[in-house]
Amino acid sequence: MKKVLCLLLAVLMAAGCFAGCASKTDTPAPADSATPPANNATPDAAPDADAAPAGGAFKLGGTGPLTGGAAIYGNAAKQGAEIAVEEINAMGGIQFDLRYEDDVHDAEKAVNAYNTLKDWGMQISLGSVTSKPCEATSAETFNDRIFSLTPSASSTAVIEGKDNQFQMCFMDPNQGSASAQYIADQKLGSKIAIIYKNDDVYSVGIYETFKTKSAELGLEIVSETTFADGADTDFSVQLTDAQKNGADLLFLPMYYQPASLILAQAKAMDFTPKYFGVDGMDGILTMEGFDATLAEGVMLLTPFNADATDDKTVNFVTKYQEKYGEVPNQFAADAYDCVYAYKQALEAANADAGMDAATLCDLMISQFTSMTFDGITGEAMTWGTDGAVTKSPKGMVIENGGYAGM
Amino acid sequence: MKKSTLRLSAPAKNKIFTYGLVIAAYIILRILISGGAVNASLQGMLVPICAYVVMALSLNLTVGILGELSLGHAGFMSVGAFSGVVFAIAMQDAIPSAPLRLALSMAVGAAFAALAGVLVGIPVLRLKGDYLAIVTLAFGEIIKSLINNMYIGIDDAGMHFKLLEAPALTGGKMIIKGPMGISSIAKLSSFTAGFILVLIALFVILNLIQSRSGRAIMALRDNRIAAESVGIGVTKYKLMAFVTSAALAGSAGTLYAMNYTTIVANKFDFNTSILILVFVVLGGLGNMWGSIIAATALTILPEALRQFSDYRMLVYAIVLILVMLATNNPTIKGFFGKLFHKRPAGEEGAAQ
Repeated sequence: MKKVLCLLLAVLMAAGCFAGCASKTDTPAPADSATPPANNATPDAAPDADAAPAGGAFKLGGTGPLTGGAAIYGNAAKQGAEIAVEEINAMGGIQFDLRYEDDVHDAEKAVNAYNTLKDWGMQISLGSVTSKPCEATSAETFNDRIFSLTPSASSTAVIEGKDNQFQMCFMDPNQGSASAQYIADQKLGSKIAIIYKNDDVYSVGIYETFKTKSAELGLEIVSETTFADGADTDFSVQLTDAQKNGADLLFLPMYYQPASLILAQAKAMDFTPKYFGVDGMDGILTMEGFDATLAEGVMLLTPFNADATDDKTVNFVTKYQEKYGEVPNQFAADAYDCVYAYKQALEAANADAGMDAATLCDLMISQFTSMTFDGITGEAMTWGTDGAVTKSPKGMVIENGGYAGM
Repeated sequence: MKKSTLRLSAPAKNKIFTYGLVIAAYIILRILISGGAVNASLQGMLVPICAYVVMALSLNLTVGILGELSLGHAGFMSVGAFSGVVFAIAMQDAIPSAPLRLALSMAVGAAFAALAGVLVGIPVLRLKGDYLAIVTLAFGEIIKSLINNMYIGIDDAGMHFKLLEAPALTGGKMIIKGPMGISSIAKLSSFTAGFILVLIALFVILNLIQSRSGRAIMALRDNRIAAESVGIGVTKYKLMAFVTSAALAGSAGTLYAMNYTTIVANKFDFNTSILILVFVVLGGLGNMWGSIIAATALTILPEALRQFSDYRMLVYAIVLILVMLATNNPTIKGFFGKLFHKRPAGEEGAAQ
């Protein structure tokens, strides 16, 4: 009996190996066969493209959670970057060789993943997708003098005191103060209630700066309640507190899953304040099983709007939908912009792929601090020497199941 | 005559083998590193491997030698990590020497974890049955929640501590920022420091096992009633093993945290506790060199499997199951038994 079981498992494992190998050679193949014809230069290069990267390609690497609880963000960023790399490689000129490694949203695994990329010969980096892992990898890229531009790691510590670490997204503090500023400027509410997740970096970061900025602007906060991981399905206590204190605006600095429950539960108890969210709220309309009418009238600050009608966004969204069958979120858009920003900077610096990482790092620092970049997550973006991006958030309101500018 | 001398020296042989394994691994790796033969991926894993080895060794003391199931070992690692790092940051200017600061931080981490061990152990170790498993499980979660809501800052007036929100500081800086954990930790840990910690852990544990107290602890594990009847104090000896284990886990936590610039409480959750328990079970209960090998292999394995991309964790799980089956297979056991002659007898004795 045991022998049979053992044998079975051995067979399973062997099958697993083959399945793994098969998928590895399979996945790059479509991408490769899609690229060369567009290139028109090397139509027969498809089979070996994985083993020997096209001559003169910049090795671009990044880590992100491709598996586990935060996988939705890592995969979105990876897919966004893949689309940009495909487009750029098809244009000729600067070529990229992109590689993403899984970090399971964990600092230890992120450093491991980064070291794997370093062994591979990464020249420029897309940092990490999520904040905490990126804090760990940014210290490594700083020591190793590899330039890094993270699409979405928004905590301050990522770029603090490091001259070669840049961000494509807003820093958490900026989102909080921008939201408070927006609410005060537009006079959206006089009595504000906040519900935030007190064991989440992102949520607490925004909450703290929102509170400080509100005090400066004289906004009145009447209710502050929290929830934590694992206790995020019932919000009746928090909502009752907000209702009791007569809140007319509910600020929700959190990701969209808990927010969707809050909207549903507030409606069930006939509590109808205005809602204001941040970029984590982006994605609520495409969430499975969510009644989109609940989100009518929800306001949010987000740098990216998948329903925008400008050519660049339409092109990106269409391609993303064709390839991955879903509407891209802002993580995908940020990563897409990162690759294009690299392209612009590398072209301007006349960089070639033979340069080593340290040389490229110096070139990129001087380029990024001086250039202006137009992408799908903002126009006329600039970077300061501290690595933080300056771009204006777009205020959006959900109307008829889609975003509309405010 | 010859046979009896051989039997007597079995634990000593085991001890020499264990020390030899660690020292040989260190020397070989040092030579390879200076020769440039070790890639960045493996080099980056050396310190976490040392930390996990110490974690596995210390948990083996609780589970294998004391015979109590602990499901919250990562909680002690967490206590050690955070207290050690807070100490290191607070003493940044007072102690300029990095190795000294690291050593003192580890000592502080160990002290705080030992304190937590005493607090958990005193009430629970008096009970019979599986209570320790349940309480340590809860302990791990409590520590996680506590640190997630804890804010510690430092300024000219000294340390400021507050729950739920940041304390008001005049100048100075925040050290622990609740769920954001600690950022910008100076990277003090090194492979050599990790190696020394592994040696210290081995020295403490192996000597404890072979001392009078160690025999009392194992007697309690094997038959509590018989042990009590000959006058062995249950709580005292259980607490001794449990607190030693917690202290070692605390210093491992400090070593681990100082290897990364950032640390969050959520890292030390239930999954990490179970991972360490897997190291111990895979290496064999009570078998110290087994724990060392298991912790090393299972830390490297997921990285070595990166080429499987999406199937990585699936392959990892299958490998785990196969290894568990193989190590319990009588045929394979018999084969290794013949290979090492006397070892299985000594091992089995320790594993009981």
